[in-house]
Amino acid sequence: MIQVNQLSKKYNNTTVLNINNLEIPKGQSFGLVGNNGAGKTTFFSLLLDLIQPSTGNIKTNDIQVNTSENWKSFTGSFLDESFLIGYLTPEEYFYFIGDLRHQNKADIDALLKKHEEFFNGEILNNKKYLRDLSKGNQKKVGIIATLIGNPEVIILDEPFANLDPTTVSRLKKIIKELAEDPNVTVLVSSHDLQHTVEVCDRIVALNKGEIVKDIQTSEETLQELESFFAV
Amino acid sequence: MIKKFIYLEWKAFVRSASFGANLAMKILIGFLMVYFSVIFIAMGVGAFYVLKKMNLEPLVTINKFLIYYFLLDLVVRLLMQAIPVLNIKPLLVLPFKKPTIVHFSLGKTALSFFNWVHALFFVPFSVVLIIEGYDILGILFWLLAIFSLIYINNFLNIILSNIDKLFVVFIGLALAFGGAQYYKLFDITIFTTPFFQGLYTIKGLFLIPILLLAGLYAFTFKYFKNNLYLDAGLSKKEDVATTENLSWLNQFGTLGTFLKNDIKLIKRNKRSKTTIIMSFFFLFYGLIFFGNTHQPAVMYIFAGIFVSGGFLFVFGQFVPSWDSSYYQLMMTQNIPYRGYITSKWWLIVIATFISTILASFYLFYGWQVYLTIVVGAIYNIGVNSHLVLLGGAFTKTPIDLSNAGGAFGDKKAFNVNAMLLTLPKLLLPLGLYGIGLYLGDKTLGLMLVAGAGVLGFVFRNKVFSIIEKRYKVEKYSTISAYKQKS
Repeated sequence: MIQVNQLSKKYNNTTVLNINNLEIPKGQSFGLVGNNGAGKTTFFSLLLDLIQPSTGNIKTNDIQVNTSENWKSFTGSFLDESFLIGYLTPEEYFYFIGDLRHQNKADIDALLKKHEEFFNGEILNNKKYLRDLSKGNQKKVGIIATLIGNPEVIILDEPFANLDPTTVSRLKKIIKELAEDPNVTVLVSSHDLQHTVEVCDRIVALNKGEIVKDIQTSEETLQELESFFAV
Repeated sequence: MIKKFIYLEWKAFVRSASFGANLAMKILIGFLMVYFSVIFIAMGVGAFYVLKKMNLEPLVTINKFLIYYFLLDLVVRLLMQAIPVLNIKPLLVLPFKKPTIVHFSLGKTALSFFNWVHALFFVPFSVVLIIEGYDILGILFWLLAIFSLIYINNFLNIILSNIDKLFVVFIGLALAFGGAQYYKLFDITIFTTPFFQGLYTIKGLFLIPILLLAGLYAFTFKYFKNNLYLDAGLSKKEDVATTENLSWLNQFGTLGTFLKNDIKLIKRNKRSKTTIIMSFFFLFYGLIFFGNTHQPAVMYIFAGIFVSGGFLFVFGQFVPSWDSSYYQLMMTQNIPYRGYITSKWWLIVIATFISTILASFYLFYGWQVYLTIVVGAIYNIGVNSHLVLLGGAFTKTPIDLSNAGGAFGDKKAFNVNAMLLTLPKLLLPLGLYGIGLYLGDKTLGLMLVAGAGVLGFVFRNKVFSIIEKRYKVEKYSTISAYKQKS
């Protein structure tokens, strides 16, 4: 599904990301872990064509992301709050994204109904604009919005950060469900090794822009990762 | 302690996003400032002799109009003077005393352009008065009183800026007094002139404005000090949200989706709302030119373009910066650039159209004047609308829509840069009209300008393709520019 070739990103001769070869097959749930500055967000930004690679390229579904825009129709993503439109209510935001993804109002309503539990009654019909929601609630909106229009690739940057414990476990359930769907490729990045191990089939650890571990999740994975990141 | 503040201010000034990045713009603004300063000083010096020549007593005449001067100054301040925000939140928990923080942030406003610009007029004027033999002490007291009043306006602006729409009241007041005086119903200056004149003639009267100023400062200080809490003056104002469907726009497909969003954008953010008010004022710009025989004829088209172009200039100028806070989202969604640009274009066209209809009161000056405005509108729709959209690809100034920082917040939208960017859009039609006047008459000039507008409209698709390409090329630098919050 996603094919990375000789990808690197340099800022003033400092290499922040350098991935020779990485292939993420369709249907995989892919976890990206690493410390601050390891290049997780840089990789996702490259994948979404928000920044230009210094060398190499990324292809999703055989579409090179920085030359064609056709990947947009099957990719859902949420990197940070700058993906939210502050002056809209959550409902309006969902409908707006829905319009762009050619979903009608009923489709959106069904999706929102399905994730009512995840919202925990704090999102819908609250007479608040997105800009006035708390960080955690904003994140909930952003995450659910990525699911609109049944995308084949879902990219979530640090989805567990800022969420309360209940919501974290609900989010894990949602990601696991997505992971079970053979048509959906999920990419998640996190600082939290345990959460990532729980929801992902495969985990790649980045350090200073390089891939330092690439493991299929098993019982020992968490231990292996913990000992790797321990000093 | 103050030294630390000044250090912070200096760093904030030097490192602000707009500084340095746009050196050409800074130089241009500096140049304009010098230009206007010179004009003001010249006015200050010249006012005495001009008024004298008109057989008017200069000081009395100035005093007569001071009431309007101060009212309008207040309106301008409420609209444009940003309250300098000292970055207060991080200071609260540091060992600064609260009074120091408040004194410093209030003191900072005293240095604002909106205060010292008046000195450029009043100081030379006073100097001339003294040279011409007026009582030195009297003039000095008068000047002191005038400055107290200017600073009273400064602090009034700070207190009142939290109340939206208040400037409308002051505009209304100024218009009502002006109108009443013009039609000789009621003359406010009969009551105010003796007071202002008294500041010169009656020794000691100048203490009244000074005491007022001191009182107002004390009040402002207390107000701010009491509100120096995260849930009071520093809190964000939260609006009660209402969900709007605007489903009648659905029939326009993707265009409708964007239009819906743009309408909400304008309605729900202070900054964008201000632009609507500003564009309304543009409607009256023509009053300066039409019916004024002193203006060169070529300036008529200038006014014609401004009258209907308010929205185009103050809103269109900043496409796509209005969407800067969520530009990354737009770039990852399945959005055709064409649809995005077309939506903004329609918004501009609709606003220009409405402005043109509202401007029909210019028919009072004769149909030729209105024709000039209509021609200006055609040119705006055909050429300028494309130019602002194209220019937008290069603007890249992030706009912080959610700018609602309570009592200390900077909520003013209008800035000098926006005005400067409009200038090139006026030169071409001015040239065309000038050629028309030179070769033939007004009608030929108007035809040339309108022709350019129609031509632009005909080649709309071609132009859109160019704009689209430009936006794509600029995509990455735009994203990274929007990421830096000013």
